[in-house]
Amino acid sequence: MKLQIASLLAVYSVLELARDPDRQLSAAEIGTTFGMSTHHLAKVLHTLGRAGMVRSARGAGGGYQFTGNAKRLTLLDVIRLFEPIGEHESGREDRGADTDAGRALTRIFNEIDDNTLATLNSVTLSTMLKIMQKSAAAPNTGTEP
Amino acid sequence: MEADLDEVIALDERVTTVRKAEYWQDLYTSYQTRRSGERFFFVAEETNDRGEKHVRGFVIGEVRAWEFGSTRCGWVFAISVDPDARLAGAGEQLLHAISNAFRDIGVETMRTMISRDNHLLMSFFRGEGMMAGPYVQLEKDLI
Repeated sequence: MKLQIASLLAVYSVLELARDPDRQLSAAEIGTTFGMSTHHLAKVLHTLGRAGMVRSARGAGGGYQFTGNAKRLTLLDVIRLFEPIGEHESGREDRGADTDAGRALTRIFNEIDDNTLATLNSVTLSTMLKIMQKSAAAPNTGTEP
Repeated sequence: MEADLDEVIALDERVTTVRKAEYWQDLYTSYQTRRSGERFFFVAEETNDRGEKHVRGFVIGEVRAWEFGSTRCGWVFAISVDPDARLAGAGEQLLHAISNAFRDIGVETMRTMISRDNHLLMSFFRGEGMMAGPYVQLEKDLI
């Protein structure tokens, strides 16, 4: 699957901030880490702030700080702020949707959506941080070519 | 352990809202009499102020091989913690206990199956390092 840019920026931002909730990072610092535009990032961080996941600190040395509960917030919670991920797109006006082939295909796509939703809704930020730590400890493991 | 069975039955009923006394009794008897070295039924106990021990959680699982084409692996069939005793590490301890039991007898992979709607349990297993495996559960209505 592929996330929209804003969703991807949001996930990277909350993870980077949740790594150390006591630390403040500027949009520029987060952008540098992930090679992303500060302009886009600022908008994303503003949305995350409205959702209560991060807060901005004013003044010299200000930045953003993680304020959510990493053990409760899931990838779905973050991504859903930016795109309608995993939801059955019922009523969408795809050509052929009302045919038997269209209905059969919709059933398969709904199965994929349900699995996507369940997966994203079960991975908390805390779990993601554990996966990241494990990956950092063993960076060369993975599928052999 | 047999003395704990009534509490396991009651705890399971409390969490799932379905009483399955016969199921648990059959399972306990089976685990005592066959392949007991590859079948594990652990409970988490808490001691109250009067020194009485009560079951606050349990985990059950066994080693299976060749079903669904799978090589030998450890299956966790059920894990449950009293809602009043959660967030204190009991679930983690239970899962670690059965993981260690599997590992001690040479099992290298542990699996389980969870309802897609059970976000809490799925989050728990994922938090303990479990990821989706290479199998897909399929089903069909027969009526």
